[in-house]
Amino acid sequence: MEKVLQGNHAIARGAWEAGVRVACAYPGTPSSEIIFVIGTQYKKDIQAEWSVNEKVSLEVASGASIAGARAMASMKHVGLNVASDPLMTLSYTGVKGGLVVVVADDPYAHSSQNEQDSRHWARFGKMPMLEPSDSQECKDFTKLAFDMSEQYDTPVLLRTETRVSHSFSIVKLEERRESAMPLGLNKKDASKFTMVPIYVRERRPLVEERMRKLEVFADEFNYNVMEINDPKIGVITSGVCYNYTKEVFPEYSYLKLGMVWPLPKKLVSDFYKKVKKVIIVEELDPFFETEIRAMGYKIFHGKDVIPAIYELSPEIIEKSLKGKKYKAPKERIKAEELPKRPPNLCSGCSHRPMFYALKKLDLFVFGDIGCYTLAAAPPLNAVHTTICMGAGVGEAFGAAKVLGKEGLGKACAVLGDSTFLHGGVTPLMNIAYNRGNSTTIILDNRATGMTGLQEHPGTGFTITGEPAPMVDYEVLCRALGIEHVRKVDPYRIKETMEIIKEEVERDAASVIITVNGPCMLHRREKRQFEHAFYTIDTDKCRGCTMCLEIGCPAISWQEVSGDQAITKDGHKRKGVVQINRLQCPGCGVCQQICKFEAIIPGQA
Amino acid sequence: MEDRVTNILLSGVGGQGTILASDILCSVFQEVGYDVKKAEVHGMAQRGGDVTTHFRFGKKVYSPLIKYGDVDYLVSFELLEGLRYVNWLKKDGKVLLNNQETYPPAVTRGTMKYPENVVKTFKRFFNGNVYAIDGLGIAVQCGDSRAVNIVTLGAFSNFFDIKEEVWERNLLEHLPKKVHELNLKAFKEGKKAI
Repeated sequence: MEKVLQGNHAIARGAWEAGVRVACAYPGTPSSEIIFVIGTQYKKDIQAEWSVNEKVSLEVASGASIAGARAMASMKHVGLNVASDPLMTLSYTGVKGGLVVVVADDPYAHSSQNEQDSRHWARFGKMPMLEPSDSQECKDFTKLAFDMSEQYDTPVLLRTETRVSHSFSIVKLEERRESAMPLGLNKKDASKFTMVPIYVRERRPLVEERMRKLEVFADEFNYNVMEINDPKIGVITSGVCYNYTKEVFPEYSYLKLGMVWPLPKKLVSDFYKKVKKVIIVEELDPFFETEIRAMGYKIFHGKDVIPAIYELSPEIIEKSLKGKKYKAPKERIKAEELPKRPPNLCSGCSHRPMFYALKKLDLFVFGDIGCYTLAAAPPLNAVHTTICMGAGVGEAFGAAKVLGKEGLGKACAVLGDSTFLHGGVTPLMNIAYNRGNSTTIILDNRATGMTGLQEHPGTGFTITGEPAPMVDYEVLCRALGIEHVRKVDPYRIKETMEIIKEEVERDAASVIITVNGPCMLHRREKRQFEHAFYTIDTDKCRGCTMCLEIGCPAISWQEVSGDQAITKDGHKRKGVVQINRLQCPGCGVCQQICKFEAIIPGQA
Repeated sequence: MEDRVTNILLSGVGGQGTILASDILCSVFQEVGYDVKKAEVHGMAQRGGDVTTHFRFGKKVYSPLIKYGDVDYLVSFELLEGLRYVNWLKKDGKVLLNNQETYPPAVTRGTMKYPENVVKTFKRFFNGNVYAIDGLGIAVQCGDSRAVNIVTLGAFSNFFDIKEEVWERNLLEHLPKKVHELNLKAFKEGKKAI
């Protein structure tokens, strides 16, 4: 049976067909769908979980592997930074049941804090890496990765990127085959899995030996494919770049690498014998280029013309390789001058009043990873750093250290509930232990919001919807040693501002937790607002634009003239605002900001 | 089957259901025997940002992304989001516009103007190949403003020689039972709209 599947869905399907028993992830674009699909469609055969973070994901998967099961951890590129600690040593221990780590890169940082080329992890960690180019290969390579993992006693990396993970193409479905390996723990394996120096030194040469064997395997690997067409020019490429290049230069010869580490040395040498000039097309870093040049080959074109930043596309490759001969399509209008449509906090979002309050208090906000990075954009402009999950907590403390008493009342850290549990608990403990005085604000919107409302240890439910213990943030913070823990309702702006002011000015560590502010897209948890929607009393609106400062998508500006350019009580105005009833959920934030009582509850 | 690959660009605003519409396109063209590929950017679409989907079908499709300037059909669920991709169309490209305006932040804040006469601009470049429909109006008449994506899909189905039953069956496969009747009506009314 054939079906159109998303790349991530095909990886999930591949894991199921490969007999995987345990699959773990922390959500991260563009990888989130893999475990979501497993947790919903394949939960009968695979135990899926949203782990607290990627390091934990990989450790749980590794434990399952040690007990003989096939296991998978999937994450976005920056997630592998978090999981790299266990990964680098798992390369030494090897596996029992097949262990596959899926890493999804995000060139152009569509939804990420950086661009990273994860192929470097394979070379760095001395592990094989496969890279599919479409959904069929996503499924096939996932299955092959498990076989390779067991055959070569190694974790296997499967690298995708946004355009493979999030593209759809036709996949041939097959049945699940259970792994033949018996489950169980064996104490005799201790020297293999206990990486104390004496055993490390035993394992170390085995890693090198494994890589040598894998190099031989790479030359025979069915998915390292040579296509000889025009012998004048040959392209070495992999993944989606193969599809892009094939699209614009179908006449060239190709060496398409399904396995991107280790490289097939003999195959590369054969390719050089068959074609005159070699071009290397790869997204992000000159990874193949560096390696192939080091093998002693000449490269006709590579990163000298093809960009090493952002994502590639058929026209970028065509333009780069054709140079002056490239003919751009006719430009009909200047499209870049049109108004942009950036993502925005939803109307009614509980983050909006919070960041409005932080802005009014003129605080320097150490931000974090989540929807609230949207508050960095105008008109709120209320986030001043974003680095990685949990970073803001430690950074606010570091800044407080050097600023001393001068810094009191000037800064705070802000992060979401899921981000706090992922990477904010340890830096908060650090603040308490080292007697810091910074303030951490936890925005509890009851879900891992930005990636699509996944569950986490604070929501009370697992990935499959089973009830689970719910983290009590207040008790947790107190247990870490934070004495001052307050709760605020972010929709009450004045009260929120007062509490934040008290805490940031206090010469002691503090935490503020928002309550009753679930994500507006949440299906299970909804805040009941007092009124269904708000509307403008056009007689009173003076067009002061104060309410536009919160960037609510439901509020818009309209210029007025003539009779309309004066309010009923005689004030001049240039325009009035309008509230789109269909978009207004009645949160009442704008009503609290209006100084002229021009925003009033709507009549249904 | 001809070798040529057909390129369809769908654009709109998060929440308009463009992704569902493109899912249905994918399964329809797969069913009638084509190779299909579709690409979209996820992540922030639900937060009101723009959404574009590249959909391609043919005997063999390589790239999931359409090459700039190679679009055969532009299907836009919102006027500004249509205009944004006017340069992507081939000279003889066809355009289907849902006559709906959703203001982006710069316009609601009053710092920029929403483009005027979008349909006219398209007609200037593509003459008789521009089709505009009042998708929202038709959807509301059918009983739910949210069916605007299916109305637009219905209108778009006119461009292809594929039996209505194939469209309708695939449409229903992607939707929960309780909205079947509504969406079938929306599809049929959309088909009549051009």
